[in-house]
Amino acid sequence: MPATDHTLDQILDLAATHFRVPREKLSADDDFFKTLGIDSLQALDLLTRLEHHFRIELPDYELQGVSDFRTLANRIQARL
Amino acid sequence: MNDFRGQTLSWQIVNGAIELALHRDPCNEIGSLTLEELERFAAALPGLANEAQALIVHSTLKAGFSAGADLRELFQRGEEMEKGAALRGVREFLKRIHSVMNTLDAAPLTTIAAVHGVTFGGGFELALVCDIIIADRMARFCFPELRLGLIPGFGGIPRLKRDLGNAVVRDLLLTGRSFNVMKAQQIGLVSQIAAEGEALRVARATASQVGKFDRRTAATAKEFVKPIPYAELDREIDIFCDLYSRPAVEDGLRKFVENEGVQPYLP
Repeated sequence: MPATDHTLDQILDLAATHFRVPREKLSADDDFFKTLGIDSLQALDLLTRLEHHFRIELPDYELQGVSDFRTLANRIQARL
Repeated sequence: MNDFRGQTLSWQIVNGAIELALHRDPCNEIGSLTLEELERFAAALPGLANEAQALIVHSTLKAGFSAGADLRELFQRGEEMEKGAALRGVREFLKRIHSVMNTLDAAPLTTIAAVHGVTFGGGFELALVCDIIIADRMARFCFPELRLGLIPGFGGIPRLKRDLGNAVVRDLLLTGRSFNVMKAQQIGLVSQIAAEGEALRVARATASQVGKFDRRTAATAKEFVKPIPYAELDREIDIFCDLYSRPAVEDGLRKFVENEGVQPYLP
């Protein structure tokens, strides 16, 4: 399910705030591991924050192979 | 010994509660050194319990409570030893860690796990021996062992079966997915959720509360409501060792240990 711009914006805002990266440096098709400089444990931290923010449950296996914000947003949109 | 400062963990008595702090970088992986120090704690527990009303287990590391068994050590031991000897070593390790876990499970005082961040595998199993789990809002739980071709080996399945509904246990075990505190509280695993960074403070407040009650009554009530599934725990060791003998496990461990990418903790 394609994510709405609103969902994508919220993800980028949250990632920028928590990982202290300027918001303008983040875009939908960025590899979030590289752009945020995070490893898998920090990715799980991001996942937890997103689950709390959107009040959803997103099993981590749905993130297998996912590394860009747009696909992440699509996975979240499918749970909203 | 009322206080101890080891390489992987420390303990002290604070305001009538024993505080067992895990501090082995990077995320309290449980290997032979942690086991030795846990055994030391288990041996000291009867004496400590005379002077405290509760036990709090927590981690001082930012990454989390514990990422579980030390898979690098498990893999390296398997590589260095002949297969029969490696298997005997695994069985011996499991018997020793089960003995520690059973001692904590049956401790004659109220035990509280104050968890945050990664609480995976053996770390999750350590939390499960405690009477009450208090979780930081950012805690995340997981039994990832099936990804390696194994089952949890530190007593996780029998204790999950004791504490939760079987359908939930199957979901967590067979998908190997991680889940957050909201889910953990919903399924009855976590009794209290603390704000980020506040789990230890909440655990201390809870320890203070349980300290108001008669110790003998509390210990009797605990023994009545919290049976220890010894037969299933022994069976778990046998199943783990049967599975460990298969080549698929060596491949799974090698894949994890040699993974230099950023996603070893993602499925």
